[in-house]
Amino acid sequence: MKKWRALKAAFPATIPVLAGFSCLGIAYGIYMRVSGFNFLYSFLISALVFGGSLQFVGVPLLLSSFAPVEAFFMALMVQARHLFYGLSMLGKYENTGAKKPYLIFSMCDETFSINCSAEIPEDVDRTDYMFFVSLLNQSYWIIASVIGGLLGSLITFSTEGIDFVMTAMFVTIFINQWKKDKGHIPEWIGIASSVVCLIVCRTVFDSDNFLIPTMICIISLLFIFRKPIEKNLKDGDDGSSEEAEAQNGGEAEK
Amino acid sequence: MTVNTMSQMNLTEQIITIALLMIATMATRFLPFLVFSGKKKTPAFVKFLGNALPAATFAMLIVYCLKNVSIIGGSHGIPELIGIGVTAGLHLWRKNTLLSIFAGTVVYMLLIQLVF
Repeated sequence: MKKWRALKAAFPATIPVLAGFSCLGIAYGIYMRVSGFNFLYSFLISALVFGGSLQFVGVPLLLSSFAPVEAFFMALMVQARHLFYGLSMLGKYENTGAKKPYLIFSMCDETFSINCSAEIPEDVDRTDYMFFVSLLNQSYWIIASVIGGLLGSLITFSTEGIDFVMTAMFVTIFINQWKKDKGHIPEWIGIASSVVCLIVCRTVFDSDNFLIPTMICIISLLFIFRKPIEKNLKDGDDGSSEEAEAQNGGEAEK
Repeated sequence: MTVNTMSQMNLTEQIITIALLMIATMATRFLPFLVFSGKKKTPAFVKFLGNALPAATFAMLIVYCLKNVSIIGGSHGIPELIGIGVTAGLHLWRKNTLLSIFAGTVVYMLLIQLVF
């Protein structure tokens, strides 16, 4: 009964996520299927990786030749923001017992933003509430991506160009990031590093592997311009700013 | 999407790639809990990266998505430009993430299938 009460309290908070994950999860499953990966791949990746942006980027990675180092560092860059979700949840996830590993494992942008800001009713167990938020959100994503994977094989119209869903998703996240920061230095560093590295890799080395040099450039340039960047960024002190980030920057992610 | 069948991964390589994506993701999720206790202060450079890295990373991801677009040949990147324009314009106007993503994608798909 205690668990039921927690589930009933958690579900309404996850309804917006249900809407978002249904659409993007189905789109992901279809994109996977038309790229040659059936619903079992979507199921496994959604269950084990559970990170929208990275899962989308994973599709072209899986379609290209084997590049484990590039894939690993790409994943670290895309997921780096989770470090900060974790830092703001150190306290909230303390004393959650056996559920703690799953709470951490499944902490995507949306789950973080709900659990970080949730006003949990007095008579509801906090751990159970946060556990159900995490479980519901991940279930929505897994089920939607499997549905997409199954639908993908039934589709009769041309899906040419469906991979643009990934580009569009990153454009919306980028705009959210852009609006948060007055100076736009990190944005320009990101654009300039990747365009220059892509052109150099293409013309000088006749190679498409521009990600690792780009990541090195981005991190070096961020530290070179650290002072002006920090002046522009509103200094995020604790949970409140990271929470805002999850809602503004992360929401588009899945 | 063009697929180079010559260099495609076999199943083992796919599994390794998926495992690496998972390990990297879990590293970013578990590390704070393994390294910091609630009382220790977060190093300043970690906080800085947390604020500055996402914007630069998503810029890189957009370029990554567009890396096969040829400005000289094919459709000169016009469908991509229009697709991004629709997505960005709608997003600035309506601030509805799902609407922006799906409208941009549908416009792009229609353009490359029917116009270009």
